[in-house]
Amino acid sequence: MSGERRRPTLFLRNVSKSYGQGEIAVHALREIDLVIDRGDFVAVMGSSGSGKSTLMNVLGCLDVPTTGRYYLDGIDVAELDDYELAYVRNRKIGFVFQSFNLVPRTSALHNVELPLIYARVPRRERREQAIAALDAVGLANRMEHLPNELSGGQQQRVAIARAIVTAPALVLADEPTGNLDTASTVEIMQILSDLHASGRTIVVITHEAEVADRAQRVIHLVDGGIESDRRTGAAPPVTPRFAHDDSAEAISA
Amino acid sequence: MSVLEAMRMAMHGVAANRMRSLLTMLGITIGVAAVIILVAVGHGSAVAVQKNIEGLGTNVVTIQPGGFGFGRGSGGAQSSFTQLTTKDVKALQDPSATPDIKSVTPVVNGSVTATFGSASYTPNQFIGTTPSYAEARKSPVSAGEFITQQDETAHSRVVVLGQTVVTNLFGSQSPLGQTIKLNGIGFEVVGVLAPKGTNGIQDQDDIAIAPLTTTQSLITGVTGGLGQIIIEAKSSHQVDAAEAEATSILTPGHSSNGTANFRVLNQASLLQTTASTNQVFTVLLAAVAAISLLVGGIGVMNIMLVTVTERTREIGIRKAVGARRSDILAQFLSESVLLSVFGGAVGVAAGLLGSRFKIVGVQPAVEPYSVALALAVGIAVGLFFGIYPANRAASLRPIDALRYE
Repeated sequence: MSGERRRPTLFLRNVSKSYGQGEIAVHALREIDLVIDRGDFVAVMGSSGSGKSTLMNVLGCLDVPTTGRYYLDGIDVAELDDYELAYVRNRKIGFVFQSFNLVPRTSALHNVELPLIYARVPRRERREQAIAALDAVGLANRMEHLPNELSGGQQQRVAIARAIVTAPALVLADEPTGNLDTASTVEIMQILSDLHASGRTIVVITHEAEVADRAQRVIHLVDGGIESDRRTGAAPPVTPRFAHDDSAEAISA
Repeated sequence: MSVLEAMRMAMHGVAANRMRSLLTMLGITIGVAAVIILVAVGHGSAVAVQKNIEGLGTNVVTIQPGGFGFGRGSGGAQSSFTQLTTKDVKALQDPSATPDIKSVTPVVNGSVTATFGSASYTPNQFIGTTPSYAEARKSPVSAGEFITQQDETAHSRVVVLGQTVVTNLFGSQSPLGQTIKLNGIGFEVVGVLAPKGTNGIQDQDDIAIAPLTTTQSLITGVTGGLGQIIIEAKSSHQVDAAEAEATSILTPGHSSNGTANFRVLNQASLLQTTASTNQVFTVLLAAVAAISLLVGGIGVMNIMLVTVTERTREIGIRKAVGARRSDILAQFLSESVLLSVFGGAVGVAAGLLGSRFKIVGVQPAVEPYSVALALAVGIAVGLFFGIYPANRAASLRPIDALRYE
């Protein structure tokens, strides 16, 4: 791993996504070209229906583009099979959803353990790592609570703990504060800022200006295309401090 | 994902919806219990019938008067040819003509009312016979002695009673040495038969036995003919030969237009017939039970499909955090197998418990193979019917599963 020059974590070339066919086809993304560097903090803004969420799902390997190429750490995602995609979602990407998406009737701790179970981490280690992640989001005292016993802000913090527990280099957040009050929004954004400060690449979808203010780069989407792309803060450092990522080798192995 | 981990998740899933899980298990439970109990009933009735037939003596051939199409109703008075007589018995007892026959026992049937003091009772069966009856019919005495050859020669007025008759006439008193009246004639009780119980049709202890000679002279009359002749073969291999010898001796004197006027009942062939009948019966019962097991399996599949639909979003979440196809498959397959294993285990317990009780007069006899088979089939059913729903869950695309509302 070189680390000498700025290396893109995400590289989209001419990516389009459309639903349906012919006359009634809906073009959610139109020929997007996008490069996001390692360690950057990017906010994606746009009105409802501008394709933000579709872009996020493509970035998170939950959905595949209709045309175009998406390279994650230099690997063409289209060439990965089911098994490898599961690995990528497990180790390289942490996903935070607007609606939290915690598994119901399952404790906060167990929710955070979930990615580690699929990563085949032994039980004892798994527990320690999950507790550490919950501690990092300030919920160490709520571990045994079920999702419906937690407030929205707490649930979203559990979701963030789950997203970072496998130490992925990339955290994607799809309107993480969309369902939260102001106080919780500030908390969540502080956690994301901290994650960024520790070297992770953060991409967050939002339509709140205060949230976007935290980012270093703001991209506006209109009708599935990029309308503007402004750098609002410092560019990420040339040598990333968070150099944990050696999963590219693991995948190609 | 390890099997243990999949099981833990499945357990969580089963416990999350207790009522539904219980009802689903109940389907398998009933199926497994039904297989065990019904096979046990089939087997139990086969055992009971076999025991009854063996109680009649397996080396025994019974000859009864009355041929095919030569009944009492067809030609007015019954032909004298159809009667079996003591002459026939003498002919059959000739050792040179019947090398395979061990003993020949004539039996006459009568009907008497027995009285002792103020007690009065009519035995279901009253027969006059010879001493060899005890061995041929496997009816030994438990107290006193059976009628003897001396009694026969002397026309002694002695009688051997079954337990039911003793109870009705004497209560708890000992009958030995007492004199009872049969149709008003005094007989001394010399023996009590060992209890045999019911043969499914009648109480075999409801019987009184007197010497043939006495019975013919005092009760039935000498001209009445014999009710049956019991022939005991020397061994179980010689039964067929004994039957052939008896038939060839009796046929010349007892046939009209080439048709024999007597019937031969071979105990061994009767045993074979009932054994095969019982097998058909057991297989039919097992088939009915198997259908209920199948229905239980379909219940598992139905609930698993509901579960998968209900938890589509959860499946999406799991896939988004890195679950593989095989992980989801293992989780849901474990859940359906868990349901059927629990259901099956309870079914085995219920089946074994249920088999302890008499069912429609049959004491079920549990067949070990049916327990193993029912449990194995129950689990296989859970596995088989779990594959489709689990596969459906595993094949969901994460984005579709997450969007599912």
